Amino acid sequence: MANVAWPQEGDRRVIGKRISRVDGPVKVSGEAKYSYDINRKGMLHAKAITSPYALAKLISVDLSAAEGVAGYVAAEIQEDLIGDEIRYCGQVVGAVVAETEEQAIEARNLVKLNVEVLEHQVVDSDLAKFEGRVGERTDGDVDKAFEAAAVVSQGQYGMATITHCCLESHGQVIEITKDNELLAWPSTQNVSGYAGQFGDAVNIPQNKVKVDCQHMGGGFGSKFGVDNWGILCAKLAQKTGRPVKLMLERDTELKVAGSRPSAFANARVGLHPNGLISAVEAEVWGTGGNGGFRALPIPYVFTKVENTKLLTKGIRTNTGSSRAWRAPAHPQGCLITMSAAADAAALMGMDELDFFLANTALTDRPEVYREELRIAANIIGYRQKAHLRDNLTSGPVKRGLGISLHTWGGRGHPSECDVSIHSDGTVEAKLGSQDLGVGTRTCVGMVVAETLGLPHAAVNVQLGRNAYPASGASGGSTTIGGISVSSRRAATDALNALLAVVAGRLGTAADNLEAVDGHIRQMDKMDNRISWKDACAALGANTINKRGVNDPNASVEEGLIDAGVGGVQIADVSVDVETGVVSVNEMVAVQDIGLIINMKLAESQVYGALIMGITYSLFEESVYDPKTGQMLNADMEFYRLAGIKDVGKLKVHMMTGKGYDERGVIGLGEPPVISPGAAISNAVANAIGVRVPHLPLTPDRVIDALQKGGNIA
Amino acid sequence: MAKEQNHSDFSEMSRRGFLKGIGAGGAATGLLSDASMHDAEAAQKGLKGPGEIPITLNINGKTQRVRVEPRVTLLDLLRNRLDITGAKKVCDKATCGACTVLLDGDPVYACSVLAVEAEGRAITTVEGLGSSDDLNKLQKSFVDRDAQQCGFCTPGFVMASTAFVRDNPNASVDEVREGLGGNLCRCGTYAGMMLAVSDAAKNKGGSNG
Repeated sequence: MANVAWPQEGDRRVIGKRISRVDGPVKVSGEAKYSYDINRKGMLHAKAITSPYALAKLISVDLSAAEGVAGYVAAEIQEDLIGDEIRYCGQVVGAVVAETEEQAIEARNLVKLNVEVLEHQVVDSDLAKFEGRVGERTDGDVDKAFEAAAVVSQGQYGMATITHCCLESHGQVIEITKDNELLAWPSTQNVSGYAGQFGDAVNIPQNKVKVDCQHMGGGFGSKFGVDNWGILCAKLAQKTGRPVKLMLERDTELKVAGSRPSAFANARVGLHPNGLISAVEAEVWGTGGNGGFRALPIPYVFTKVENTKLLTKGIRTNTGSSRAWRAPAHPQGCLITMSAAADAAALMGMDELDFFLANTALTDRPEVYREELRIAANIIGYRQKAHLRDNLTSGPVKRGLGISLHTWGGRGHPSECDVSIHSDGTVEAKLGSQDLGVGTRTCVGMVVAETLGLPHAAVNVQLGRNAYPASGASGGSTTIGGISVSSRRAATDALNALLAVVAGRLGTAADNLEAVDGHIRQMDKMDNRISWKDACAALGANTINKRGVNDPNASVEEGLIDAGVGGVQIADVSVDVETGVVSVNEMVAVQDIGLIINMKLAESQVYGALIMGITYSLFEESVYDPKTGQMLNADMEFYRLAGIKDVGKLKVHMMTGKGYDERGVIGLGEPPVISPGAAISNAVANAIGVRVPHLPLTPDRVIDALQKGGNIA
Repeated sequence: MAKEQNHSDFSEMSRRGFLKGIGAGGAATGLLSDASMHDAEAAQKGLKGPGEIPITLNINGKTQRVRVEPRVTLLDLLRNRLDITGAKKVCDKATCGACTVLLDGDPVYACSVLAVEAEGRAITTVEGLGSSDDLNKLQKSFVDRDAQQCGFCTPGFVMASTAFVRDNPNASVDEVREGLGGNLCRCGTYAGMMLAVSDAAKNKGGSNG
């Protein structure tokens, strides 16, 4: 009998291999259909009516001019907003639907909002401007510790609000059938949890809501909800009796469809004479716009620092609401902690690598971080290139190295998966999960193939529909743990059912059989075997269907999944002190992640995280005009993403083997995107001798920091 | 104080509104006689529209006859009228390259070309390259090097790379970086792309695309 424990390294035939994603071919040929690509017969095009005001009381909406546009069909206004406040520019208040996209835009642009304009607040970088409740957390006695410290470094650190900027904007196509079924094609990270969010908006029972999302163009934490544009779209489909497509336009996408909270801090770090951190104090503020702001994990990673004090003030501004952005609160906590710590090390005249190596003693997993620091340092040639902060390289282009450490949970979410074995030998796995581009589809196929002793291509994986067994939303690096266990359990049970069928034929007990290399064979007599196809033929008219469930607690106990990883990154940057331009020459990421299902896709995730990290470190910022409350860069020209030229040389090293594989599967989406801000900021400080306090490290900020001479005490 | 304002924010002062303004000279009224008078007047001056006009396009080697308003972009025509959805709508302002197609072999942003401008020119979209079960060398390299995650930017990159590799069969990595500067990816797949395009450049001989 097969059991669910992951196979040992030598026995793995599929798991851990560098297998190309199975949906690669449909993506490179343009055949993959995203929500934005769904065209239904008779479909209408809707465009969102959005607010040009950052704060205003909405009195009424005048559709009369819009109704005169050729092709105009209908409009829907979010009723409960009338008489209520519009709280940020770009807020969606309704939608207009027309025969063509051009007509919908033309009509929408003629909609008039009658409002009473109120005084807004969009600035978040000046703490003095805000009142509010302050959260406080203390441990030990920071005042005493700072007094006794060998050095105390003080500085301001922070990062601007950024957006998710999914390339496929938020939205969906919705059709209501004659049988009163609601068919939805949303761009979502939450296939199984989507249908329940319509509530009574269209009075269609939840079991008649059919969700389909085969491919989605990026979410990064911003696509869990139906959102008001989903409700408006459904109502328009109901009102018109025709399918409706409502995708957000780029400006609206950047204003309202998700942002990462800004975070700023005045921070102090004290060191013992041996360089170990004795105290950390931070006064933190930031905004989640119209959404919440959560306390940051500070001190980050160095959780065993004895004396800590953290004050947190969340500010509400009239900008779009924050949503989970890969590793919520971690990049901010990481930047503030690692920057302040590196400044303290520099003040003491201690090499940054030696400093972080020593301080691994204050982390939850010192051995892991030490090993990862050594590997990262070797890959980038740290010892050959490193210099202290007061010993700058010559010439106008300064070079520097910076280090950061991070951590994340990544425990698998609840997930169910069905695996079927048919009498013709075909195998399929079905689950209501989604593939955000991380390779979920491919990994499910690999786990099932490994379990059944088949090549990965032999397994047909179906996901992206809520008709399939429920699987968790993809967020917080929870997917791979969830889906690998549910598919492993289902496949194991299905295989055992098949072994029971063929045991008699092979003249041995089912628990003496295994599935390897396309055969069922006797474990202690390998030539007593039957091909997979022949074994399945024995099912006759029957099909084996088994459901596997991931109960996270049970799976952790069984060693199938785990939570809690480390990770180290080192950046090598050049800074032109005449122009203020920062460029990343090279970046190394070393990441542990337990048992890796697909090495190629795992590496892709880390490369992607480095690039996204370089982007938010150097370029990304939602810029708001204090006077008008408008987002000034709500397009992709001025809300800049890194291009292929901007990312430098990238190197990824995944930890495998003893100490890692036996932990079971752990999620990877978040951890590697946490450190880039801190590593790059530290590298810039090392290069130019002063800290540039805030990300993104734009030329003006670099020049400003150089002129002020930095903020090291 | 109650205030009334037209719903149109700054970023909606877009190319399309501008083009529509110069093309149509006024809002559509729905009155046929007005429109056709307008059309007749426009035709006399050699102008087209503002109503739908018949055009003939050559898309992936096939002749397509469609009626379309002159304000419609090539991208919207492909996606909304012809269900050719490989080219993606992302920035809609000629920045990100997700809508890249070839026009007489040259890569262009289809969001910024009017459908009527593409008449008489050979339009190649990603659907005109290899299909998923018969990928060309470049497409295969994209798959092998995992030069994609969510895949939404991928068709645009494939089209830009197709023209780049054709024109730079021996491109160095630095030249690849320069050559693909007109496209953006959010997931961060540049590392794989660099390798994929370098591979395809090296393997140019014998490529079917």
